[in-house]
Formats: sequence, C-alpha cells, structure tokens
Amino acid sequence: MQPFDYAAPPTLEEALQILSQASGLVRPIAGGTDLIAQIKERRIAPSLVLNVKEIAEANVLDYDPGQGLRIGAAVSCSDVASYAPVAAHYPSLAQACLLVGSTQIQNRGSVGGNVCNAAPSADTVPPLLTYDAVAVIAGPGGSRRVPLEDFFQGPGKTALQPQELLIEVLLPPPLPNSNSRYLRFIPREEMDIAVAGVGSMVAVDPQTNTCTRARIALASVAPTPIRAKEAERRLEGSPLTEEAIREAGELAASACSPISDIRGSAAYRKELVKVLTRRTLSQSLPR
Amino acid sequence: MTGNGQGNGRNDSVGTSYVKVDAWERVTGRAEYAADVRTPNALHAKVLRSPHPHAIIKSIDVSRAEQLSGVKAIITSKDFPSMDELKDSFGGELMVNARDLRRMVLADDKVLFDGHGVAAVAATSLEIAEAALDLITVEYEILPVINSTADALKPDAPLLHPDVYTKTLKETPDKPSNLASYVESGWGDVDKGFAEAAVIVERSFDSMMVHQGYLEPQACTARWDNEVCTVWTSTQGTFNGQRMVSTLLQVPLHQVNFVPTEIGGGFGGKIYTLVEPIAMLLARKAGRPVKFVMDRSEVFRATGPGSPQQSTVKVGARKDGTIVAAQGSLVMDAGAFPGAPVAGASMVTFGPYKMEHFKLEAYDVVTNKPRVQAYRAPGGTPAAFGVEVVMDEIAEKLGMDPLEFRKINAVSEGDPSTNGRPLPKVGLKEVLGQVEGSPHWNAPLEGENRGRGLALGFWNGAVAMSSATINVNVDGTVEVVSGHVDLTGTRTTMTQMAADMLQLPPERVSARVTDTASGTYTDVTGGSRTVYTQSQAIYNACESVLNEMKALAADQLKLNEDDIEYADGAFSAKGNPETTLSWDELAGRSRTRGNGPISGYGTSGRLKGAPAFAAHLADVEVDPDTGKVKILRYTCFQDVGKAINPAMVEGQIQGGAVQGLGWALSEYYHYEDGKLRNPTLLDYRMLTALDLPMIDTEIVEVPADDSPYGARGVGEVPIIPPAAAVESAIYRAVGVRMTQLPMTPERVFWALHDDGSEQ
Ligand SMILES: Cc1cc2nc3c(=O)[nH]c(=O)nc-3n(C[C@H](O)[C@H](O)[C@H](O)COP(=O)(O)OP(=O)(O)OC[C@H]3O[C@@H](n4cnc5c(N)ncnc54)[C@H](O)[C@@H]3O)c2cc1C
Repeated sequence: MQPFDYAAPPTLEEALQILSQASGLVRPIAGGTDLIAQIKERRIAPSLVLNVKEIAEANVLDYDPGQGLRIGAAVSCSDVASYAPVAAHYPSLAQACLLVGSTQIQNRGSVGGNVCNAAPSADTVPPLLTYDAVAVIAGPGGSRRVPLEDFFQGPGKTALQPQELLIEVLLPPPLPNSNSRYLRFIPREEMDIAVAGVGSMVAVDPQTNTCTRARIALASVAPTPIRAKEAERRLEGSPLTEEAIREAGELAASACSPISDIRGSAAYRKELVKVLTRRTLSQSLPR
Repeated sequence: MTGNGQGNGRNDSVGTSYVKVDAWERVTGRAEYAADVRTPNALHAKVLRSPHPHAIIKSIDVSRAEQLSGVKAIITSKDFPSMDELKDSFGGELMVNARDLRRMVLADDKVLFDGHGVAAVAATSLEIAEAALDLITVEYEILPVINSTADALKPDAPLLHPDVYTKTLKETPDKPSNLASYVESGWGDVDKGFAEAAVIVERSFDSMMVHQGYLEPQACTARWDNEVCTVWTSTQGTFNGQRMVSTLLQVPLHQVNFVPTEIGGGFGGKIYTLVEPIAMLLARKAGRPVKFVMDRSEVFRATGPGSPQQSTVKVGARKDGTIVAAQGSLVMDAGAFPGAPVAGASMVTFGPYKMEHFKLEAYDVVTNKPRVQAYRAPGGTPAAFGVEVVMDEIAEKLGMDPLEFRKINAVSEGDPSTNGRPLPKVGLKEVLGQVEGSPHWNAPLEGENRGRGLALGFWNGAVAMSSATINVNVDGTVEVVSGHVDLTGTRTTMTQMAADMLQLPPERVSARVTDTASGTYTDVTGGSRTVYTQSQAIYNACESVLNEMKALAADQLKLNEDDIEYADGAFSAKGNPETTLSWDELAGRSRTRGNGPISGYGTSGRLKGAPAFAAHLADVEVDPDTGKVKILRYTCFQDVGKAINPAMVEGQIQGGAVQGLGWALSEYYHYEDGKLRNPTLLDYRMLTALDLPMIDTEIVEVPADDSPYGARGVGEVPIIPPAAAVESAIYRAVGVRMTQLPMTPERVFWALHDDGSEQ
C-alpha cells in the first residue's frame, strides 16, 4: 500500500480547517471498508486520509417521533440495525444494514460511508431513498442540506465538494400505517454485491384500504441508485391488489437501465427487479 | 505384501478420531505458513504480468526500473539457463515438460495468457518493487486470442506453438496444431451395442475453468549460502519441487534444500514450482535472500487452475436396465501449454459402470489461458457431470428408479476397469446398499420446486513412492520422520499408525515433515494416496524397529531373538513372562548397549491401486422466479477401505463435496476476449458456510486388497459427483436439464423462462 498522511481531528471545526488547508487528494475515512481496499488496489492514491470517527456530530444516532431519525455519518451499520427505533419505524433500513458484507464488515462499515462511496449497489441507499432521506453536509461556508435523491451523480460521484464532509443523514418520521422491505438478489447468501436490490415503502389509509404513499428504490440497475416513480404512481391512490403490485413490478423494470456485466445480464437484472419489487411490496403491506 | 484390513496393533489409536496434532497451532494462528518466514535482509519480489492474452514480446526495457533506488535485481527469461538442454518431464499429478514449466514461470518470446509473467523485480520493499514494475517497458505485438477449445480447433486457427504436433497412438501429423494430443480407449463395438439398445440418450455438456481456491497464495523465500540455496515454500511435494528447480536452473540436487512450511491448501495446485525459480534467481542476482508472495489476483491469473471440458455422452441400455453401449468424447482445455488431465478424466468417466461396448475419446487442446494444474480428481468432475446426468435420464426413460439402475450396472471385483484391467476388490455395491438403507434416501421430500438427485463417482487412487524413518528416542518416545508434506492431516494418521503398529500410546509418538536435505525421497502429496502408500512405508519401518528392539532384548535377556515376543510395550521370553524388559528400559539401554540407537526405515514399495467409489444424494429447492438453487440436504456415501481417523475422513469428504458444489453452482473463470474479469474472491464465488447445509457423510469400509489396513484414498472421489447430483435434483424439482457448469441462478432462470428453445 502506498503511504499517505493521516489525521483524526477531534472536532468538526478542526476537520474543516484541515480540509480547507490540504493540498492534493484528501479522503475522509469512517470504517475504511471501501476506502482501504481501493487504496490497496491502487484505484485511488490519497495524500491525506482524514478520520471522521472522532467528530461528535458524526456519531449521533437519535430518533424523535416528531423529528424523525438522525444517523451520524460515522455510525456503523450494526449500530443502526440494532437501534430499536430503526427496527420499529424504518424496518427496511435495519434489513439492509444487516445485509452489508458480513458481521465484521457491519461492525466497521458505516451507513455514511455506504452513501458517500456512491456505489450503484449500495444496500442501505434504497431504504434511505424510500424514506425521503436528506444529507447534511458541512463545508467551508457552513452546512447545507441535499435530498439524497439529488446526492448521487454517477458511480462513485456525489454532490460533495472537495472540502466538504457528510455529517449526518436525516429521515423524516415515518407515515402512519406504513411499512417497508428491502431485498437484494445475490447468487450466494452473503459476501456479495447485489445483482439487483429493491427497497419498497408503502403507507395505506386504513379506512379506504388505498395506498397513500408508495416509494420504490432500486440498486445495481442504473449508474446510481434510483427511484421507480412511475411504479410508485401506479400504486398511490389505489388498493394494493396483486394486479397493482404486478404492474408496479413491470413499471419498476422499465425505469431501470442496467448494464450486462459479470454479475448478470441486463435482461436478467430487469427480471429480478420485477420479482424483487413484487416481493418487497407484498411484504411491506402495513401490519 | 502384508495382511490387510487388520493392522497388527492392540491399542485403539487406529480407527479413532485422534485430535489433529497440528490443530492447536492452526486455530491459534501460530502455525507458520510460507509468507510467515522471516530471514534477515530479505528483499521483496514482484512480477510484471502481461495484460495481453496472446502477444509476441518484441522488447523489454528494464533500465529505468534498475535505476530506482531500492531495486536490487531484475530478471527476465534471459536470466534462465538456455532451454535447449531442457528435455525432462515432471510427474506429480499432471505431467509437465521442463520447457513448458520454464515458460510458465516467465514468458520467453511470447505471452500466452492474461497474467503471464514477463519480468520480476526484487527490491527493499514491496512498494518499491511495485513502483519498479511501472518503470519497465515491454513492447508487444498483439496476436489473435484463442478463447476456447472450439476456437483452437478451427481449421484456420492461429497457433499457440509452432512446435506442438498432435500426439496420437497411430499417425504423426506433418503440421503443428492446437490439438496437443488425442487418446482413445474402450472395447467392443459401440455401434453394434447401440443397435441393440432399447433406449439411447445422447447429450452435450460444457463447463468452465475453475480454481482450486486454496486459502494461502503461493509464497516462498530463497536464500543462497555460498553454493547452496535454501527454499522455504508452500508446496505439495518438496522433492518434486527440488527436481523442477534443479532442472530449470541447472543446479545439482544437493545444492537445493526445499523446506516445506505449513500449507494452506493445495488441491493439486501447488505441485509446479511457479514462484521458487523466480525467488532463487533474484536472490542469486541480488546476493540477498528474496521473498515472493503472490497476491490473490496473481493466484487466479497465473497459477494453474482446473481444466474445463466440452463433452458429449451417449449411453444405450436394454429394457432390463443393463448398459449395452457407452460412448464419450471429452474435449479438454489445457490452457497455454499441453497437458490437460486426459488420463484421469478418461479413467473416471464411466468408472462405476459395467458396459458391454465402450468407447472414449479425449482431446488435449491449448488455449490462451493459464496452463492447468491438477485440481482434486483432475478432470473427474466435468467428465462425471455428463455421464451421471445421462445415466439419470436413461433410468427415467426406462421408468426405473435411479438407484435401482445404478445397482444393476455397478462394477465389482473382476469387472474390467475403464483401463481394461480387472478391478481389484471394490465397494461400490456396498456403497449403493448403504444409500438404499439410509435415512436420507428414505425420507420423503415434500414441497414445491424441490427435488432429489443421485450421482456416483469413481477415482482409481494413485500409487507413488512414500518413505519414512522411525527413530526411537532414549526415553522410549518415538519420532516418525518423513518428507511427505502434510496437506490433510497425515502427521496425525502417521502418528496413529505408528502407535498402533508399535503398540504404544499415540501420545508417545510424534510425526514430523522434513526438508529434502534431511529426509528420503517421497513423491508429491496428492492423488488420494498418501495414507494408503505411507501406511506401507510406516509398516515396513516399524517392522525394522521391532526387529532391532527384539535383537537388543535378546542380547540383554541373554536369549535367542526367536524366543522373544513383544506385546503392549514389553519384550518377554516366550512362555516366561517374568523374564521381561519394558520398551522404555530397552530404549534407554540402546544408548550404550547392543548396536546403538534404534532406527527403522521403510518405503511403500509397489502397491496395487485401491480404487474408491462414492454416491452423493442432494436435495434442492429452486426459486423459479430467480433461478437460485438452495441445497437443503446433502449426504455423501463413500467406501474408504478403512477410516484410520474417521473425523478427518469426514472432513476430507465434506471438503471435496463443497468444492464440487461450488463448481456445480457458482465458480468459474469469467474471460472476456482472453482477459480474466473476476480474479478476486468477491467475484470468483466459492460457496460460504451460509450457502450449504451440514454435509452428512456415511462411511463404508470395504478394505482394499493391499496395504496394512486396506485404507483407500479419500480426498478426491467426493469432488466428482456433486455437479451431477445437484443437476438431477434440479431436474426433479423444476423439470429442466442443465447441461452447463456452473448452474448459476441466471442460467437456471433462462432455462426455465426461455420457452424451451435453448435447452
Ligand atoms: C468484504 C466486503 C463486503 C461488502 N459487502 C457490502 C454489501 O453487501 N453491501 C454494500 O452496500 N456494501 C458492501 N461493502 C462495501 C462497504 O463495506 C460499505 O459500503 C460500507 O458501508 C462503507 O462504509 P465505511 O464506513 O467502511 O466507508 P469508508 O471506506 O470509510 O468510506 C467510503 C467512502 O466514503 C467516503 N467517506 C466516508 N465518510 C465520509 C464522510 N463523512 N464525508 C465524506 N465522505 C466520506 C470515503 O472517503 C470513501 O470514499 C463491502 C465491503 C467489503 C470489504
């Protein structure tokens, strides 16, 4: 591994100061499960690696029924998954966190790192998108908020500027009578990258039994994680019948633009999107 | 030879699951593997590898790299002695000739596969060595790529080698070819046989290159002390490796000492010396020790994977279920140099079956991929895949239960083996009987999309040279010393066998693996034969120890040797047990009395083969929406002759089955125009513990004719049946026949959803 400088600032101010003074390529590091592998494989050669795990703001994990959920950028996937309000109010997010890599990877790897790495296959991202998550970003000019939907710009590319850090991810409170599910398809049972992943969230009006809000987000089938908006619209305002769910699956498949690569052909990935959309929707009917 | 199936001891060490003697070191991380070897002043080596699968090397310029501070030596193929003198071939498991091995280590005038080594650097750090690679300029002239055996055999195909001519038993061709050899075997007249058949099934099959997947990458350290080079390395055969480097570098054997470290898996892939010559040459040039540790992508791209096959299998049976004719053609991919496992595959393909008429053709074809090495039952898995699937289908067409069909056609002692010679005592019928009575076979399998498959496997079992020395310490403890690398737990079984034969508790015996300078020659650890042949060497060594001990006892008790008997650690006068000397007492006296220290030596001499058979049962569930196959239950039935250590036998069977299941479902080399796209453990998918149920084993013991215990080789048979067992289970679950390995979810999905036209 090529050598690099390392800093672990204890406060956000110091971190931002180091960032603004640094020359050359700087890379923040949380768990390092993406970054270190990339450095070792010589895909990236930062001159400075900046640890965000000492920063208090990046370690927040808090739920408030009125405000929603705050996930600090450095909080590990295991901590998110085992935080009771997450399992209770954002079930698909807990499910996705428990799919990332393996127990060891979940203990080290963060949700923030999963987001910033911006892989089209990032497993925690579809659930975050279905909950309309917002990224809180700190930079030289203060902090700004970017809806996660606008955060991803391409494989490995995000809205972050060189001197900025992701601080936390905010999820609004869940709607009443809502439920969610994340499923991914991999050929094995773990240690694999999604051939396709689908997160669904639906809310239902108990009086009329119609769907009041639907969110469907897809992984590994486009250059970034995406929402399947036509499929969502097909469901909103109608009862969640088998027919509606099947059609939503078809619409989700037409929303994606997968590539054929060693993990699966484009045609197969579209078929998987149909299946996973159907399965996630049927399994996220409110309890 | 000696009596079989009995052993001759009285303690219970043989046949018990004595705890692996190296278990503690392994699980606590203390065992020293090749990459753990530290020598003062060692340099680190890196190899520059070709990004092109097929190209002429026009020039290599290392001058800029040489100037990088910290670089101590750079070599290319020019640093090797001339190839003109290289005439030898090396055995092990798959023959390789010395000129090809030399060019596998570093390319000569041509690169022949993606990852082919071109130059090597030794530097004071790995980072400097890596940086130096970037400073080497190689000028290539790119040639068209031979991606597959089909490409290679096209009439106008570009040639990999201008000097390879097809070897056959009959004619010698006048033009070079990518077909390196063609072998035919069989008997009778298959056309006549098929004319008599009531049912005939013929199908073609395909498989892809796979890797052994040993956890520990190839690694070694070489150090020259004056004229003598010590090489610490991870190898399956020290003496074999020593001979290989001695030939390639033209250094006599006594100037090379191969020291085996603990080995983290080999499965046939650590027989050729791919790293040692590089470290040795760099070390000689730099005048300092050199350590070379491959990384995972080098292991995938540039070691020796397992050979894939395109096969066609045709079988005809009579109404009563007897096989009247069987025919097969195996086109095998050798990679860059000739030497696909043609012999092994030909032998195992129809091994379990009696056949009136039989014909098998096998082709050894070169392509632009790394030259294959042996992989656990070389050639067996893809060959048996086709045969067993066709047998399953024939049984179905006859309306016969697949087990019943196997029972009707199973070979037994005296039937011709596929090489035409009569089989010695074998246990296939007993294995099939065990299946029939087993809980798994008799358990109903309920639920949608579920099916059960049965498949057989056969491995002849190699016989090659083993040797051992047994020394008695003066406190009566015993050392078993052998050059046999311990791949699978053989130090433990050697301990058990020596303890049994000497009638001592196994705690008083220890077994060690020596380097080539201190041990006597053994062939490689491989071919499922080490316990089998080593049991004979140990038996002979123990006989000699017991004779020496008896002689000393006679001397000390003032009796004739013939009047001494030995039992349970005591030498006594026959008929007068009061006159006795204990083993320990005698051992102590050997220091100063009699002929001195007690030591016995034995070799395996010449044993007959001990063929082994297995049957596997797989229950699967297929998800028809995604094509994913889940293994619900899996049982291996195997005749092991005699289980010296049942827990280790089970471990071998389970490990083999798991590798076979990986080959069945998910492992393959993904090449795109000659470039390997998945040289990582992420995308080269070996099955994990979560992908498998507990693999059950049922051990059958039909002792082999030869050797002290009648133990048969265990390691290789279990990798042979899994692919076919899973295929037959998939067929019964969802009604599609899969003819390509691996049976990935995507392939199963399209087989189910492509309106039947593809299959
Ligand atoms: C064996 C293995 C299996 C894996 N399996 C999966 C899987 O199943 N699913 C999956 O989605 N991923 C998987 N991954 C990828 C990885 O573990 C996850 O993406 C993980 O969530 C990354 O988190 P991290 O904290 O380790 O990120 P890091 O490696 O620390 O960082 C990732 C990227 O984000 C940047 N970054 C980190 N924090 C910040 C910040 N606060 N502000 C700005 N930029 C930042 C880094 O510079 C880097 O570019 C796997 C990785 C491995 C090694």
